[in-house]
Amino acid sequence: MKKIDIHNLYKIFGPHPEKVMPLLSKGMSKDAIMEKTRHGVGVADVSFDVEEGEILVVMGLSGSGKSTLVRCINRLIEPTSGKVLVNGENVLKLSDTELRHFRQKHFGMVFQNFALFPHRTVLKNVEYGLEVQKVDSAKRSDLSMQALEQVGLKGWEDSYPDQLSGGMQQRVGLARALALDADIMLMDEAFSALDPLIRRDMQDELLELQDKVQKTIVFISHDLDEAIKLGDRIVLMKDGMIVQVGTAEEILTNPANDYVAKFVEDVDMSKVITAETIMKKSETIAYYKTDGPKAALRKMKKASISKIFVSKERKLVGIVKAADAADAAKRGEKTLEHILITDIQRVSPDTPAADLFPLLATSEHPIAVVNDSNNLQGVIIKGLILAALAEGTQSNGNENDKAA
Amino acid sequence: MKFPENIQIPLDKWTDQAMDWVLMSFGGFFDALGSAILKFMLVVEKFFLWVPWPVLIIAVGLLAWRVMGKWWSGLMMAGMLFFMGMLGNWEMAMRTLSLVTSAVIISLAIGIPLGILMASSDMFEKILKPLLDGMQTMPSFVYLIPALMLFGLGKVPALFATIVYAVPPVIRLTNVGIREVSPSVVEAAHAFGSSYWQILFKVQLPLARPTIMVGVNQTTMMALAMVVIASMIGAKGLGFEVLLAINRIEIGRGFEAGLCIVLMAIIIDRITYAMASGKRA
Repeated sequence: MKKIDIHNLYKIFGPHPEKVMPLLSKGMSKDAIMEKTRHGVGVADVSFDVEEGEILVVMGLSGSGKSTLVRCINRLIEPTSGKVLVNGENVLKLSDTELRHFRQKHFGMVFQNFALFPHRTVLKNVEYGLEVQKVDSAKRSDLSMQALEQVGLKGWEDSYPDQLSGGMQQRVGLARALALDADIMLMDEAFSALDPLIRRDMQDELLELQDKVQKTIVFISHDLDEAIKLGDRIVLMKDGMIVQVGTAEEILTNPANDYVAKFVEDVDMSKVITAETIMKKSETIAYYKTDGPKAALRKMKKASISKIFVSKERKLVGIVKAADAADAAKRGEKTLEHILITDIQRVSPDTPAADLFPLLATSEHPIAVVNDSNNLQGVIIKGLILAALAEGTQSNGNENDKAA
Repeated sequence: MKFPENIQIPLDKWTDQAMDWVLMSFGGFFDALGSAILKFMLVVEKFFLWVPWPVLIIAVGLLAWRVMGKWWSGLMMAGMLFFMGMLGNWEMAMRTLSLVTSAVIISLAIGIPLGILMASSDMFEKILKPLLDGMQTMPSFVYLIPALMLFGLGKVPALFATIVYAVPPVIRLTNVGIREVSPSVVEAAHAFGSSYWQILFKVQLPLARPTIMVGVNQTTMMALAMVVIASMIGAKGLGFEVLLAINRIEIGRGFEAGLCIVLMAIIIDRITYAMASGKRA
């Protein structure tokens, strides 16, 4: 279901935006318009949607209009024209009072510079949104304590923001947005002001939290690594316009133009490409119940492989080596029971390639890619990873063998 | 060389005419306003004349102790007040104090809302700023004249002139205090769906409080200065004592009254200043 649906959104800063619109549709650039009319183009003809429960990262360099865009969604900045549908309702059509209630109900927001209220304690900061909604004080502090607990700040409720570190302050910011139980979280460069280690922790925690709370999140970032890590999908912006929309993998492996290609060239492909992309679909498997050593041996010969995965009731149970199968056949065994090796490496399809290297180095068998219910999806052998990475870096227009 | 007379303009006459017109058309209004103000002032004055002196001295001492955080500051403030009594000027001091109190209360009631309005409208700020500059730079004696004309002799015109002179700092600093609140914090308040009043009372005013308190301090000090001058149009109190002393060339009497004014200024200034720089509420 589409939670947020944005159509042809424009934001032009200046006294006469209507004069600028025709210039934009003629394809005039942002800088040229600034030069000629003294009007700034914040967002130009932006359309995209956000699915319910999705983390959508809007990414771009500073000045690309991403912060303006997120503020157009809850109208902290009044868009010049276009449509912003949230749950099918056009936010731009709301009256001031309706807009206030809409914000209370649907939008939690987290800011780059935290924007905490310095005169309020941590708890009172988190309570703010509920206070504005006139929730009674017992319920207010209850919900706020829960939110503080979720972000790991229990015990700090009576401190003031200036007594906390940057990372902790942003946790307060996060709790303040969570306490409302709004269905959409707008996060404007929420982690950009934090130092790299703390930032990584916060990203992990946000993902963990998202697993539990399942909000729809619009996350603004200028950091591609962050976008790749957090984003179910990424919207890439430049000069107020969208350059490309897609999953991290789509953008990295298939950049829409030179700008995107240049943007993504420094990305460590091994962190982006996942097991699913690399794996070889495994057509040849042995069935534990029906195949004996001889049948398994025949299947291996036919596919010219030396090891074969064995499944039982569509679940992966282990692997059998050709040599063992031959011995077993000589001994006259009818099942694979005695020669089955169950100690094998299993990974999920979304495991990044970088995490596969150590597994491959220590395991003497191929790695099995299985889904949540342990169905075999594919097989990864050493050569495949290198091939995939080489391909990835080349399509980035980067001749250096960075990823490998 | 003499300035040619034919290009001089009779602003003095025009002003007189304007005042006449105001008195003719709004005389009733000013009478009613005057008597309302007088009623309020009498209540305040009655209170200060009624409070037994030991009670007031102890109260001031405790308040000073609390806001300044040191017991000996409290003791010193109480000591100064006690000394004023020893100089035989207790009643006069109370009259002055009541006038200052009335003036400050009314100044704040006018000044803080005006400051808030000024902070929320750039247009209003542009109009009000030169006006406030004018009010503050005008010699304070000048206010006595229209005050006299509108309200006659006595306490009310004294109060009126005092307010006109003392109100600018609190307006100005309320405006500055609110405008200095970090825009990102106000933006956050907006993002959570706050109304104008919620932002004002939950975010802007609390954060502007220290600056506003500096304004309150300045307004109070200016009110005290003006109250002394206002005694020329009939407000009884320490200033009146000084005036009498000048007229009769009684140096000793003038010195005593003057000293009391200085002591009162120190007490009020220290206490309101400590309130301004105090810790978070």
